[in-house]
Amino acid sequence: MKIMIVSTLLMGTLGILIGLVLGFFSKIFYVEVDENIKKIRDILPGNNCGGCGYAGCDNLAEAIAKNEADVNACPVGGVEVANKISKLLGKESKETDKKVAFVSCDGNCKNVSKIYNYNGPMSCKMISKMPNENDKRCRYACIGCGDCMSVCAFGAIKIIDGVAEIDKEKCVFCKKCIEVCPKHVINEVFYERSVRVKCSSKDIGKIAKDVCSVSCIACKICEKNCPESAIKVENNVSHIDYEKCTDCKICVEKCPRKCIVAV
Amino acid sequence: MNLLMLFISSSLVSNVVLSRFLGICPFLGVSNKVKTASGMGIAVVFVIFISTFVTFIINRYLLLATGIFNTDLTYLQTIVFILVIAALVQMVEMFLKKFIKPLYEALGVYLPLITTNCAVLGVALTVVDIKKYPTIKEALVYALGTSIGFLLAIVMLATIRERIENNNIPEAFKGKPIVLVTASLMSIAFYGFSMLNIGG
Repeated sequence: MKIMIVSTLLMGTLGILIGLVLGFFSKIFYVEVDENIKKIRDILPGNNCGGCGYAGCDNLAEAIAKNEADVNACPVGGVEVANKISKLLGKESKETDKKVAFVSCDGNCKNVSKIYNYNGPMSCKMISKMPNENDKRCRYACIGCGDCMSVCAFGAIKIIDGVAEIDKEKCVFCKKCIEVCPKHVINEVFYERSVRVKCSSKDIGKIAKDVCSVSCIACKICEKNCPESAIKVENNVSHIDYEKCTDCKICVEKCPRKCIVAV
Repeated sequence: MNLLMLFISSSLVSNVVLSRFLGICPFLGVSNKVKTASGMGIAVVFVIFISTFVTFIINRYLLLATGIFNTDLTYLQTIVFILVIAALVQMVEMFLKKFIKPLYEALGVYLPLITTNCAVLGVALTVVDIKKYPTIKEALVYALGTSIGFLLAIVMLATIRERIENNNIPEAFKGKPIVLVTASLMSIAFYGFSMLNIGG
């Protein structure tokens, strides 16, 4: 009987004592938390994808509240979230030019043949360490094993006929696929603009023409025909300067290899 | 001399992680960067030291039959110690949040996890042995030795992991497997200390 009473008494007093001490300490060490951080955090999507460059939504909320990040820093939430946050903070939101990821390669099974049969683990990274850095004849081509598909948290990437394709409606531009692609064929493009170069081959014209039927051969026809001179051929592949591009689609018509496309 | 021997044996010979397998969770969880690993290690040193001090006093003067209640309450050790350790971790967390914000952010979720770090409870439950740890001096040296052993092990693993990061590891070993292999190799290396002949 005595043991029971004593142990109950002991546990009870210890509990109360520790509770009191903790309460006391939380008063002493009280840290003021910015109300805005909590509110911004509630507005953010909460995927914790890290697309903004911060460790997670919590860190971004703090950065926005501290003015270190723009209100439109969240690529997932886009304009909607940016507007809500700017309303909360009473700040003007910069109009966001929505960007999406795009696979600059059309080297599917029809357009480019394989040089050997690969039987190892199905991983782009693995194949990029193989001879020719690719099992396709073009060493710059999309390998098509779907490393990008497996990192995409939004299900925007599909492998169609050996080439990754990104659904621009589903893409939230978290840049995960751009990071993971060993061939660097995924680029950032503007959602609103439809003209895209669908080739990444840095080979010179003859080789590029040899290995793939839709490769950019750096003939510069697009460069010459562009009325805004928005296209430049660098490293044997066309690049579009979207600052100048007016979406006139002349290059799409003129390209003899059909590697400039309008989506 | 006796205290020095106790310190060396608790930190190296019977290292808390590598030969007694306590505190594996933070050992594997927070060891990917040396900076956070050392932060975690120091937090554990701090918590183990204070919690051993407090639990030792509670055990001696409240729970043992020779304590103020004149009743043998040793069966309450586990629950009382957990209560005290949890409260202490809370206090450390508040303290860090107020004064060392970067460390608080770096430790993140692992700081509350010290509450359930069995190394802390393990030390508290080891030093209740009156014959081996007659006074608080021995208990505190043992606590310090154990926690510094933990700090040593986690920082060493973190340095190795930082180097592993840049190496080309086979797909099957990527991530946790290679860390476990590394930890077991370290454990074998630490086993060599058991042949240590201190002071004849």
